[in-house]
Amino acid sequence: MSPTIPFDPRVLRAPHPVPGAPDNWRRFFSFNTDAKVIGIQYIAVSLFFLLVGGLLAMIMRGELLTPPADLVDPTVYNGLYTMHGTVMLFLFLFPVLNGFNNLLIPPMIGAPDMAFPRLNAAAFWLFPVFGVILMLSFLVPGGPSGSGWWAYPPVSTQNPLGHFINGQFLWILAVALSGVSSIMGAVNFCTTIIRMRAPGMGWFRMPIFCWTALAAQAIQLCGLPVLTAGAVMLLFDLSFGTSFFRPEGGGDPMLYQHFFWFYSHPAVYVMVLPIFGVFSEVFPVYARKPLFGYHVVAIASFAITFLSLIVWVHHMFYSGTPQWMRNVFMVTTMLIAVPTGIKVFAWLGTLWRGKLRLTTPMLFCLGGLFNFIFAGITGIMLATVPVDIHVGNTYFVVGHFHTVIFSTITYGVFAAIYHWFPKFTGRMTYEGLGQLHFVLTFLGSQLNFLPMHWAGLMGMPRRVASYDPEFAGANVLASLGAFLLGVATLPFLINIVSSWARGAKAPANPWQAIGLEWLLPSPPPAENFGEHVPVVIAGPYGYGLGRDLVEDQESVVQRSLQEA
Amino acid sequence: MTGEAPSRPFRPDPAAIVLVAIAVALNVLASVWMSQRVHDWLPVQASSAAPYVDNLFALEAGIGTFIFLGCACVMGWTILFNRAPKYDMDDGAPIEGNLRLEIVWTLVPLVIVMAIAVHAIQVNQVLATLDGKVRVSSGSEALAVAGSAAGEEPVGPIQVIGRQWSWEFIYPEGVHSTELHLPVDRRARLELISMDVLHGFYVPAFRLKQDLVPGSVIAYALTPTREGRYRLRDSMFSGGYFAANQTDVVVESDDAYRAWLKDALRRPLVPAANPATELWRLRRERGDRGWATVPPAPPPLVHVDADPNAPHDA
Repeated sequence: MSPTIPFDPRVLRAPHPVPGAPDNWRRFFSFNTDAKVIGIQYIAVSLFFLLVGGLLAMIMRGELLTPPADLVDPTVYNGLYTMHGTVMLFLFLFPVLNGFNNLLIPPMIGAPDMAFPRLNAAAFWLFPVFGVILMLSFLVPGGPSGSGWWAYPPVSTQNPLGHFINGQFLWILAVALSGVSSIMGAVNFCTTIIRMRAPGMGWFRMPIFCWTALAAQAIQLCGLPVLTAGAVMLLFDLSFGTSFFRPEGGGDPMLYQHFFWFYSHPAVYVMVLPIFGVFSEVFPVYARKPLFGYHVVAIASFAITFLSLIVWVHHMFYSGTPQWMRNVFMVTTMLIAVPTGIKVFAWLGTLWRGKLRLTTPMLFCLGGLFNFIFAGITGIMLATVPVDIHVGNTYFVVGHFHTVIFSTITYGVFAAIYHWFPKFTGRMTYEGLGQLHFVLTFLGSQLNFLPMHWAGLMGMPRRVASYDPEFAGANVLASLGAFLLGVATLPFLINIVSSWARGAKAPANPWQAIGLEWLLPSPPPAENFGEHVPVVIAGPYGYGLGRDLVEDQESVVQRSLQEA
Repeated sequence: MTGEAPSRPFRPDPAAIVLVAIAVALNVLASVWMSQRVHDWLPVQASSAAPYVDNLFALEAGIGTFIFLGCACVMGWTILFNRAPKYDMDDGAPIEGNLRLEIVWTLVPLVIVMAIAVHAIQVNQVLATLDGKVRVSSGSEALAVAGSAAGEEPVGPIQVIGRQWSWEFIYPEGVHSTELHLPVDRRARLELISMDVLHGFYVPAFRLKQDLVPGSVIAYALTPTREGRYRLRDSMFSGGYFAANQTDVVVESDDAYRAWLKDALRRPLVPAANPATELWRLRRERGDRGWATVPPAPPPLVHVDADPNAPHDA
């Protein structure tokens, strides 16, 4: 427990224009530098793109209801699945998590705002720009990119129509801009966490969400430059006739796969680590217990960061990778199970002998943990070279990563929305609608993703627009699940929109949670604690320990009541 | 798994020990049952690699079931018995951790995954499907390199040529075919060549998959062990009509294989019927709607054409 005081008082003197908060809704449509406004901007726009990506998925599942390609042309299907993956990753998950970073990091560490508010706003405003660029690719001649979200050359550089501006060109542009935006965000988040923690908040008094956010953003800083460089080379191969990846000119398509996966595997951890943080925040609150093994959970985040950077070749086991390399990357991939297992067991330990309250955020976290254990086990299977040789590039992988990306990460996103919604909007959500949302989502996702594993084991390749009749059963189930997931979105949207418009006023701490953000009024004032930054005297999650989190806690609570 | 142990380190309750013992025993039974069930979810085993892959998968399914059920039991237990009654605002047991337990649940998974990894490395060495790779810069150079390899073994090297979107197999005896015929129980050597983009040589019944990388000739070897007709699917996305890029592998007795080769050579070379070409023609007829794709490569000239409607075993 280091008694360091990392808090930098200079940040309070930075000019910080916040026009008309909290009642002026127009601030959400401006170049606002308030992290709480930017956080809500990120989340709102990304939820819009969740609907877009979900709609694309439902058209795909409609096509896959029957074996032949009869609903849409196969080339259209290729474009749909490419855009579904790209939208869900680059326009939904990364931005929504950046939204949570913006909302949660400053209040959780007692900072007034991000370290670089203007950079923060610029990073956000790139998001609608590359979002529009990607959507415009539906309108260019030849349609959007149809080479998958991996965009492996040579398919991605074939450019059938020969136009300079084509779907693939816009796709690369959008992904590169997304990378630039994410790097800007990562610089901001890392600096804020390292430099702007409240007095007394040493590393081991920091909430796990901040640990995981830092671990995830460190990956962004290490990995994204590699992907961005790969994307630029791909753009040059596509548009300017270079041959980085063309065998005719001495290039090698395998090189791109290394560039791509060096970032894009760790990218999964960029998305899942903050959700591990959400689980670690939510379980103690609704189990009324301290987080089990806080120190180990915190350190395990960085173990995952380190290991995630040395596993990428497991996506290339059947690409002509030599045997020694397969073995090395199988071992490193397997090792990731250890820090991840530590976290899973720690959450189970947190639940054990608790006083569980099954609220909507708790239900989503419990469901997410349940699914994640399953996905972890199929992940170990995929890491094993001989098994991966059979199920790699089949629907088994599709089932596995949707169980991670939807049934774990997106569950965590929903949990976080329900848990912190009262804090940042000042309104409570409707519990009944939330639980309906959970039940439909849980049923829909099992029905959607479990049969995919089966289809993959039987040998159905991923990305196909048509398939042999023996896979029809699994695909019908998956499609029904997908449509159920579409239905599950309705109670969520109704809940969020109507709660914000006319929900009950939220108290400062509706869940009796322990954390700096819960010592602020709901919604928090523009600069959080302003001049009165509390001095942290204990670690987080002191449930049942009868200790205060900050010096003179009573007066901090009183001040938040007065301001509200 | 380990989470089932009660967190009170002193004087464990005998009733709890019995309960945990029963749960673990049931879990072991369920896991063993599960590891035997996996063969129902997999296609028939038609190559020497398949039993190894399936056994490894069964082992992982068994261990995985044990871990999954163990964790799910802990979750279920807490949801059933550790619920706070309504209006009960009390806190749970203020347990901050347990060093011994944390060491156990770090070391046990470490040992398990390393054991699986070591076992899998041994399986890799047994299978040894992958030989060397030769880098080339063009399709014609690829054919030259592939043809120059001396075949010490009776079967092959058969050139496996992937195109957008057709498969072609060229035998050292001179037979061109869009259907891969292999004699049962003999090691076949293949040379995987792509003429345009990445393709994946994937036969689910063989449990084997290897990408065809443009610019490389990849030497590959496998041993079919069961007679039958199996699907060969393109597993690496290859553009427009990727899904239609599949054909059959026919595994037959040595005599039937030789007879097939001899018969094939007597037939004339004709353009193969190609599903992608047919789909492309239909699209042009219907006004060329849809998004951009390169047109299919001309169908290969073959002695023997595959019948896409022949019933396959897996």
